Amino acid sequence: MKITEKEVRYVAGLANLSLSQEELLKFASDLDGILSHMDKLNEVDTTGVEPMAQVLFDAEETATLRDDVERTPLSNAVALANAAVSGAGYFKVPKVIER
Amino acid sequence: MNVATLTIDAVAKRLAAKEITAVELAQEALRFAKQENPKTNAYLRFCDDRALAAASAVDAQLERGETLGPLAGVPIAVKDVIVTKGVRTTCGSKLLENYIPPYDATAIERIEAAGGVIIGKTNCDEFAMGSSNENSAYGPVRNPVALDRVPGGSSGGSGAVVAQGTAVVSLGSDTGGSIRQPASFCGVVGVTPTYGRVSRYGLVAFASSLDHIGPFARNVSDAATLLQVMAGRDPMDSTSASAPVPNYAASFGKPVKGMKIGLPKEYFQGLASDTADRINKGVALLEQMGCEVHEISMPYTGYAIATYYIIATAEASANLARFDGVRYTTRSAKSETLSGMYTNSRGEGFGAECKRRIMLGTYVLSSGYYDAYYLRAQRVRSLITKDFANAFQQVDALITPVSPFPAFKIGEKVNDPIQMYLSDIYTITGSLAGIPCMSVPCGVTGEGLPVGMQILTRHFGEETMFQLAQAFEQGGGFAV
Repeated sequence: MKITEKEVRYVAGLANLSLSQEELLKFASDLDGILSHMDKLNEVDTTGVEPMAQVLFDAEETATLRDDVERTPLSNAVALANAAVSGAGYFKVPKVIER
Repeated sequence: MNVATLTIDAVAKRLAAKEITAVELAQEALRFAKQENPKTNAYLRFCDDRALAAASAVDAQLERGETLGPLAGVPIAVKDVIVTKGVRTTCGSKLLENYIPPYDATAIERIEAAGGVIIGKTNCDEFAMGSSNENSAYGPVRNPVALDRVPGGSSGGSGAVVAQGTAVVSLGSDTGGSIRQPASFCGVVGVTPTYGRVSRYGLVAFASSLDHIGPFARNVSDAATLLQVMAGRDPMDSTSASAPVPNYAASFGKPVKGMKIGLPKEYFQGLASDTADRINKGVALLEQMGCEVHEISMPYTGYAIATYYIIATAEASANLARFDGVRYTTRSAKSETLSGMYTNSRGEGFGAECKRRIMLGTYVLSSGYYDAYYLRAQRVRSLITKDFANAFQQVDALITPVSPFPAFKIGEKVNDPIQMYLSDIYTITGSLAGIPCMSVPCGVTGEGLPVGMQILTRHFGEETMFQLAQAFEQGGGFAV
């Protein structure tokens, strides 16, 4: 086993994901299988190979710059329209004192 | 009038000849789509008001004698991961069942500016994660060609509506094959353009370095027209490319004699025999048309699946963090504490495949594993991309199958994530490299299931890709 139930629980915590006991066991087994398949990458000699984070082609250095002009943003009411709970112009969340 | 076989050109001719108004066409398209939809579940919802408003605008232009846009009056379906102002956009997820976007994706704005009539939103795998459309919170889509089979995924609904004739063209999104694979399973044309060719603004992000918007159509010309309208720099997406957009239609009809075509031998191993047979016939046709066919090798192909499922899930785990019960999504009733609200809203809202990928992505990015998985995968991605660069020094285009097998039965692979992931084996490489690729119909198997042939060209090589695809279509390749 590459991944234990305890690790699955830890990763679920990092991902802010509540999982049932059944899901924990299922994902432990699924992730184990998938990660074993991914070990195939260890066969590849990547010495001196640059990591590729983005598809790059020749673009001028200023390609991502634009004129700094004012644009109308979403209004407060529109931005809040899809919130599960809102009030007084804010998103509302449960009280945050301790985790 | 039969809307099921309409093309963009046919719509333009009928409008110009005043045989029909855009509003009449929109009404008929909506009526037909609503009538046929229960067979496939391809549409999640229709947007009659928006469609009729767009159609009325086209009719008003006609009345004033103005020149119409290239998509004037064309009924178009949009995958439900692309946001539409005022029209609910769920991403196939329960989490977004009530989400009404306050803005339009750039692709949508450009389509409507060109006269396009958006009639509805199509079903898809939840957050575009899947290869069969079985991961939608709103039920699977059935393949119109064989109703007991999947349409492919994740843009299964967008592939199905074009095959079924309930839209003239549609929009999908492709991260690892989500346009090309359903196009091949449904027997239609599907295009994944060069990364950055179409703005991603308003495409709900799955894996940002791999996500594309692209067209589905029943012929090559319609796919090219739809891409033409959407392509080009957008200040709202810093990764959108500023390279000029050529006139794709200008490449049609140019002879393909002497064009050099590469067959990467790694893509012809482990194919279903019927699929191999069709692709070989397709290649033989291209040879008859004067293309020079070369067998080549792309040695890093076998590492693509592992590379993709590390990079895509890592990016997804970050992108899907925004669905937390605060700004867009439904919130769990079990929300006494802030962290409880996050974990319960996400735990209750995401389906199994999204959870699996979030877990995998979080794991490969977590402390102690980052170098072993994520960084290594990014290095292998460089090597896979170099494979393509080397190939395009020898040839103008690559031809491969789209999928190792045709559409499978609903439920057949649903319990085996690795088998499901392996079905993307031939489409993932092009996604990692960011090159343009498309699926064109290439005959059917003995059981009558469509086979798709993939055409891949170098970055911004869409003209060559369309030229070859259109020549293949004109030469009878779709029914080879």
